[in-house]
Amino acid sequence: MSSIGTGYDLSVQTFSPAGRVFQIEYAQKAVDNSSTVIALRGKDGVVFAAENTIASKLHEAKTTRRVATIDRHIGLAYCGFVTDGRSVANEARSYATRFRDLYGHPMPVSKLNDELSGYFHMLTLYGAARPCGCSVLLGAYDAAKGPQMYMIEPSGVSWGYYGCALGKNKQPAHAEIEKLKLSEMTCKELVKEAARIIYATHDESKDKDFELELAWVCADSNGQFEHVPEELHKEAESFAQTSMEEDSDEEDDSDEDED
Amino acid sequence: MDGLVDRSNPDWVSAEHKTGTTIMAVEFADGVVIGADSRTTTGAYVANRVTDKLTKLTDYIYCCRSGSAADTQAIADIVRYYLELHSVEIDEEPRVGVAASIFREFCYNNRDQLTAGIICAGFDEHKGGQVYSIPLGGLVVRQPFAIGGSGSTFLYGHCDSTFKEGMAKDECLTFVRNALALAMSRDGSSGGVIRTAVITKDGVERDVVLGDALPTFYQG
Amino acid sequence: MSTGWMSQTAQPRAPQPQAGEDARTRTMRPIVTGTSVLGIKFDGGVAIAADTLGSYGSLARFREISRMCKVGNQTVVGGGGDVADFHMIRDLLNTLEIENREYEDEHDIKPQAVHTYLTRVLYNRRSQMNPLWNTVLVAGMQDGEPYLGYTDKLGVAYQESTLACGYGAYIALGPLLREVADKGEPITKDAAVALLQKCLKVLWYRDARSLNRFEIATVTAEGVDISAPQSSESDWGIASMVRGYE
Repeated sequence: MSSIGTGYDLSVQTFSPAGRVFQIEYAQKAVDNSSTVIALRGKDGVVFAAENTIASKLHEAKTTRRVATIDRHIGLAYCGFVTDGRSVANEARSYATRFRDLYGHPMPVSKLNDELSGYFHMLTLYGAARPCGCSVLLGAYDAAKGPQMYMIEPSGVSWGYYGCALGKNKQPAHAEIEKLKLSEMTCKELVKEAARIIYATHDESKDKDFELELAWVCADSNGQFEHVPEELHKEAESFAQTSMEEDSDEEDDSDEDED
Repeated sequence: MDGLVDRSNPDWVSAEHKTGTTIMAVEFADGVVIGADSRTTTGAYVANRVTDKLTKLTDYIYCCRSGSAADTQAIADIVRYYLELHSVEIDEEPRVGVAASIFREFCYNNRDQLTAGIICAGFDEHKGGQVYSIPLGGLVVRQPFAIGGSGSTFLYGHCDSTFKEGMAKDECLTFVRNALALAMSRDGSSGGVIRTAVITKDGVERDVVLGDALPTFYQG
Repeated sequence: MSTGWMSQTAQPRAPQPQAGEDARTRTMRPIVTGTSVLGIKFDGGVAIAADTLGSYGSLARFREISRMCKVGNQTVVGGGGDVADFHMIRDLLNTLEIENREYEDEHDIKPQAVHTYLTRVLYNRRSQMNPLWNTVLVAGMQDGEPYLGYTDKLGVAYQESTLACGYGAYIALGPLLREVADKGEPITKDAAVALLQKCLKVLWYRDARSLNRFEIATVTAEGVDISAPQSSESDWGIASMVRGYE
C-alpha cells in the first residue's frame, strides 16, 4: 500500500484524490494475508485445494472448511475472512436455489458468477457497507459445457481462469500452477498436483501447521461437487509429502556437490 | 338458462372473453408442430373469428393459449419478458423447459385467480423439439403431444389412435390439421381457420388453412 | 362444494372453476389428481406403490406421471391428490436435499425428518386456509429400521406398518394389507412387492380413477429403488359367467 490515504481510506463512499477506494484495497489485503487456496481446471473438471491453518492443538480435524457446496454441481472456495466467505456462500446458495425454482434447471456457473460479483460490487458502493474481506473461487462441471472456473475479488472484479491461487503464498503457487499442462490433465492427476502445490508453497519455518482440504467437481464425481474421497485424499497427501522429501533430497545433493 | 336464449340478458354482455378453443402441439423428428383454431367466444357470440392463439415467446418458443383471453395474454406477455431478460443474461437461446417453468411460476402460484390452459412448445439445442402441457392447476408435464381447450375432449381417442412418435414434418402437419378440423366440427366453441406453426432449428414456419378449405370427415 | 374433505378421488364432474364461486372455495379444489398410494414394511425394508395416472376429473389425462420422489439415499415420498401441489412438495424436498449436501457429514436426510418436515408444511398451509391437496406417504430406512409414515392435507400424521391413501384406504388397506400385518411376523421383500401388485390390481378393477401402470419403490439398507413403470395381468374370466342382470 504505497500511499496510505490520509483520511480517504475510512469509507468506500469517498475516492482518494488519486482515484482509488482504499477500503477495497484493504479488503484485498485481508485476502492476501490469508492462508493459501488454489483451484485448478483440468480437462474433465475443477479441483479445489485449501491450506487450512490449525489455530490450536485442540482443533478438531475437518471442522473448519473453506470449500463449500453451492448446488449439486457448483463448489465455492473462499480465501480471506472465513466469516465473510461463509456469508457469501449462503448468498450464492440463495441465488442458485432461486434460479432452479424459477427456471427449472441448475444455474449455469457463469450466471452465478455474474450475480455474485454484482453482490461483491454492491458492497463497495455504500457507506453503511464494508467490502467483502474475501475472494471466492467458483467451479463447476457439466458434460455439455465441460469444466468452468471463476474467481471474484473483493472489488467485484471477476474473470474466468484455468488455474488460480489466492492468499499468502499465491506467488509461488502461481509459478507452480503455470508449469502444469492444465487442459491436458484429468482431475485425478490434478488432485495430486494441487496437494503438492499446497505442501510445496507452505513455509514450515514461517507458517502455522495446516490441514489440507481437497474438493472437486468433475466427470469422476458424476458432475457433483464433493470433497475428494478419503482414499484419494490420502494418496494425494502422501504424494505431496513424498515429492517434498525428494525436493529436499535434491537440495541436499546439490549442497554436497558444492562441497 | 337451460340452453334457451334469454333475450333480456344476452350472455355476450356479461360473459368473459374466452378462447373456448382447440389447441395442440406435437413433437416430431426435427422439432414441433403447433396448431390452433381461431374462434374467440363471449358466451355463445363469436367475438373474433380469426384469432391468433399461437403466441410467440422467443424465436424458437411459442405457446398455445386456452381459457380466459385476458389471463393468458397477460401471462404470455410476462413470460416473454422473463425469457428475453433470461436469454440476455445467460447469452443463449432460452430452453423450452425454462419457458414452461416460468409459466408454472405464474399459473401455479396464482391458480385460484387464473383460468389459463397453456401448451408451451418449441425447439432448443439441449433437448430438441419439446412440448409442455400446463393445464388449469399450474401443473407442468412434458408430453410427446399435447391437446388442450374445450375441443380437446373430443380428440383424445382420435389422437391416441393416430399419433406416431418421430413423424416427418408433412405427416405431422396432417395429423395436427385433421385433429383440429375434427374438433372444430364437433365443438361449438372452436372454429374458424386452422393456424399452424412448425418450429425447428431453422426457426418458425407459420401457415393457415382457411375455414372453407378445412379437411372434412363424416358430416352426418 | 361437491368434493368431500376426505375424498381424494371422488370427482363428480370435470374440475373447471365455475364463475360465481368465491376464491376460498376454488382454493379447495384439486385439478389434476393422482389416486391411491400404498405402503408396507417388510423384513429389512419398506415398499410403496402408486400408479402413474394424473386424472383431470374423470378424464385419464396424463398417463405417465411419476407420483414418487426420492429424497437422499434412504427416503422415498409418494403422493396422492393434486399433482401440481405434489410437484411443489417435490421441489421443496429437492431444495432440502441440496441444503443438506452442504454439511457433507455422511448424514443423509432421514425419513422421519422428511416426514416431520412435510407434516409441518402441510399443516402450515391448512392453517392459512390454503391446503396443499395431498396425502403423502414417506418411506425409508431410519437408523437401520424400516420407516413408514402418513401425512394428509390437514397435517394429520402417523406411522404404521401398512398404509394407504385415497381409494386404497378403503379397498387395499383393510382386507389385504392388514391381513398380513396381523400375522405378526414381517414378510419378505418379494412377498411385499407381490402383495402391492395384487392390491394395485384390485384397485385397477375397482377404482375408476386408477390405471394399470404403476411404480413400486423399495427402500432397504442398500438404498432406494424406484421400479420402471409396470403393469399387472388382469383376469376378466368371470365375465363369461354373467348373462343378463338377474
